[in-house]
Amino acid sequence: MEFLNRVIRRKKSAGSAKERLQLVLIHDRTDLTPSALDALKDELIEVISRYVEIDPTAVSINIAKDGRSQRLVADIPMRNSNRRRVK
Amino acid sequence: MTAKVVTVTSGKGGVGKTTSVANIAVGLASLGQRVVCIDGDIGLRNLDVVLGLENRIVYDLVDVVEGRCRLRQAMIRDKRLPELYLIPAAQTRDKSAVSPSDMIRLCDELRHECDWILIDSPAGIERGFRNSIAAADQVLVMTNPEVSAVRDADRVIGILDAEEKGPALLVINRIKPAMVKRGDMLSVEDVLDLLAIELIGIVPEDENVIVASNRGTPMAFDNKSKAGQAFHNIASRLMGEVVPFMDVENQGFFQRIFSGRK
Repeated sequence: MEFLNRVIRRKKSAGSAKERLQLVLIHDRTDLTPSALDALKDELIEVISRYVEIDPTAVSINIAKDGRSQRLVADIPMRNSNRRRVK
Repeated sequence: MTAKVVTVTSGKGGVGKTTSVANIAVGLASLGQRVVCIDGDIGLRNLDVVLGLENRIVYDLVDVVEGRCRLRQAMIRDKRLPELYLIPAAQTRDKSAVSPSDMIRLCDELRHECDWILIDSPAGIERGFRNSIAAADQVLVMTNPEVSAVRDADRVIGILDAEEKGPALLVINRIKPAMVKRGDMLSVEDVLDLLAIELIGIVPEDENVIVASNRGTPMAFDNKSKAGQAFHNIASRLMGEVVPFMDVENQGFFQRIFSGRK
């Protein structure tokens, strides 16, 4: 089992290099640390919640790569409002 | 005659900048081009030994900049090819002896005398790097398929964009096909996907690089080695020729039959 693990892990070293680099490069390029991104997310939730009802735990904010530029992608599921149900 | 100024840089040290400059220069010169190489690594010169011209240095880059000699006097002619020259770096000075505007002035003077000016940049992103890219019309960023080299290349590519020296072209050096095959080395596609710039060359790891530097005879002089061939391909691409990329990751007999250059 140990041997098998080692074989599997070895096989993936290029894969983990790529994954790690993807994250590192995004932060190098944008100068946005994971904690700053978390703060951004919290504030965004706060602002949006003033207007619509959302589920804060379902919100995801990610930096997506588009060639050499980055884009901030937010997925913010809205809660079905009570008003709608009454209607 | 108006030369194109090409700078080879990398961020990280030891990825093969000097070797590449020497070999691309030999490649271009063997296509009949008039080539001047400039060693931009003041204080840590090496292009002279890689080219095997270390015994012929009289004047260097700093002597030219400080007016102790004429440009022509600092150009060492490589006798193995008709039109290959080296302007060596000073060894006993530091990078502050030259400024970016000195480099622009020097290259402007040289432009009328040759087809290509190849500048070997030092590692890092400081003064020596700034000097080396100041006059560049085209920058080649060199990397190895390895995390720190790729990260530093990305940083340099970003700086080049900000300095309006982009878009840079990428050279991926020291690829080990067997390691890529078993998933232990980033592939050409991986690196291209990460860095997202155009590719101009892929060079397999080759022991001949060390043999060549031992002798002071770049591999490109002898077209048999894979790496030498890869550098010739880069030279041809700089000339505007469309040369298919070597399939370094699947070298088999198919490769030998179908490769563009033998």
